[in-house]
Amino acid sequence: MSLALHHPVAAEIIARQQESPSIVSLTLRLEDRALADRFQFQPGQFNMLYLHGAGEIPVSISSDPSSPDPLVHTIRDVGRVSHGLAQLRPRDRVGLRGPFGRGWPVENARHRDVIVITGGLGCAPLVPVIDYVIQRRSAYGRLIIMQGVKHSDDLIWRERYAAWDAHPDTRVLLAADVGGKHWNGTVGPVTELFDQAQLRTGDSMAFLCGPEPMIRACVQRLLEEGLPADRIWISMERNMQCALGHCGHCQFGARFVCRDGPVFCYADIRHLFGRRGF
Amino acid sequence: MEAPRSVNSFLPRKALDALLSALRDGGYDCAAPVVRDGAVVYTRLQAQDRLPHGISIQQAPGRYRVGFTDSPRNFSWANGPQALKPFVFTAHETLWSARRDPDGNLCFTEPDRNVDPVAIIGVRSCDLAALALQDRHFLDGACADPHYQARRASLFLVAVNCSHPSDTCFCVSTGDGPAASDGYDLLLDELDDGFVIQAGSPEGQKILDRLPVVSTTDRQLQDINRQNRHAAECQTRRLPPGNLEPALFANLDHPHWQTVAERCLSCGNCTSVCPTCFCYRELDQGTLDSDHSEHIREWDSCFTQGHSYIHGVTIRAGTDLRYRQWLAHKLGSWHSQYGRSGCVGCGRCISWCPVGIDLTEEVATIVGAAS
Repeated sequence: MSLALHHPVAAEIIARQQESPSIVSLTLRLEDRALADRFQFQPGQFNMLYLHGAGEIPVSISSDPSSPDPLVHTIRDVGRVSHGLAQLRPRDRVGLRGPFGRGWPVENARHRDVIVITGGLGCAPLVPVIDYVIQRRSAYGRLIIMQGVKHSDDLIWRERYAAWDAHPDTRVLLAADVGGKHWNGTVGPVTELFDQAQLRTGDSMAFLCGPEPMIRACVQRLLEEGLPADRIWISMERNMQCALGHCGHCQFGARFVCRDGPVFCYADIRHLFGRRGF
Repeated sequence: MEAPRSVNSFLPRKALDALLSALRDGGYDCAAPVVRDGAVVYTRLQAQDRLPHGISIQQAPGRYRVGFTDSPRNFSWANGPQALKPFVFTAHETLWSARRDPDGNLCFTEPDRNVDPVAIIGVRSCDLAALALQDRHFLDGACADPHYQARRASLFLVAVNCSHPSDTCFCVSTGDGPAASDGYDLLLDELDDGFVIQAGSPEGQKILDRLPVVSTTDRQLQDINRQNRHAAECQTRRLPPGNLEPALFANLDHPHWQTVAERCLSCGNCTSVCPTCFCYRELDQGTLDSDHSEHIREWDSCFTQGHSYIHGVTIRAGTDLRYRQWLAHKLGSWHSQYGRSGCVGCGRCISWCPVGIDLTEEVATIVGAAS
């Protein structure tokens, strides 16, 4: 169930977690409790968060879809609005529109192995998928989580990864391009993890989110290992302003990323994915 | 284009004021083409205003000139830089506003969307085709745009079959003109001594019923048929036929994109005058006390730096990529999105391009259909 899609509603920040020097998680509670009761989202969907007087940005929902109140958004301080949002404190208010877009096809992955490959903050939109699978653990095959970061200090949610790794049939593999002191994960790009992962590509579905060069390298590797293109799903990021498929900025060929995505089947976008200018 | 006609009403030229009166009595503001700043623009008429006559327009790549003749005709010209788009998808408007109270609470409100009904006189077939495309973009689907919707519902459209296409026009090749087939409330065919008039909607019929019309003569019907035929036959530009989406996307690396980019200024004039371009940017304008902020949209263009910007990266930094985005969308991916090309053949992007880039020539080169 969506909120008013054409203008925001007020949400209060009830908790703030500094995940890393540049990454903050905000826990939001919709002020209109009737709306909060109706709010539901699919893993992979996003909201437009509004910072008063500054503007709106799209942010994926990184909390558990089975308990959509309160909502958690994890934000990297990278632009004008995200910088302002990252400064907010509990009791501050933001505006929120959503949820928007099409999420991950978690139901279609039932009875298969689930491969989650993320880079940097690309992990955020996949946390709901991991939560979803773990809550229905017996309905899925192996869960393999591969996360890469530039520097090991950039890795957030270490405790969460450790907790996931402890679940049955679940494997967490971490890689850092540069490993700092006490780093016992792999050093190198996330593709370095493939040899350890021992993927069973004959009956798997892969969900990827992160910087596009990393996605391209991982998709190439998955295809080489025999995973069909129609079982590879990617979350895309483009300039989004309206989130309704109207303002035109996020067009990727004929697709509006905000409305037709942000999660796409690789088979549907491979003709343009990675092409200069799209 | 000779649709079967069952028209039999003729409005003598001296009774044109009766049309304006009937529209005003019907509750409509009247907007009509007038000359301002060297171009024909559609503007709301004041109570005593009459339609100008004798306007002529010359258009060529990078050229638009208004002249005046002693013709009694009101519509013996093709088009101005804008027609219907600003009436439904306005260039600048507030989508919602936010107020922060002293306790830090945020309150969001939407603007009043009451729009006075407006009758737009002199709409062309290409404009109606463009409106139908914008309707699909803004109204179809799960999230109809309420701002567009309110303005669209307020329109009463008095179309005129185009009798004087410009050199830049190619609506015949897109199938969108020069004669209107639907989407109007009233339709005029202009002759020197008046107008053959027909209704296209119940609202149009109500207005028509109040006009001092007389029966058409066979001669008048022959004249408008000849006029419509001539308006179609005089067009020299055309687009390559069929759905160009596969050919354009098969030629994304064609060297001609770079050749066009060497001339293109990336100014965005083409997207501003295009009646189907729908991109808009959203921005916030706060008051000095910072408690109140308006969330605004204004027309944007895929030729701007900001259009494809995403946290530190501009996906289309070069003019070649921007021109390719525009043309491959307009003539290509519109087919996948809305079932037809996004071009209605009005030729505005050719006339208003400061360096006279002609999309019909560029696309023919790129898809290998140069004649």
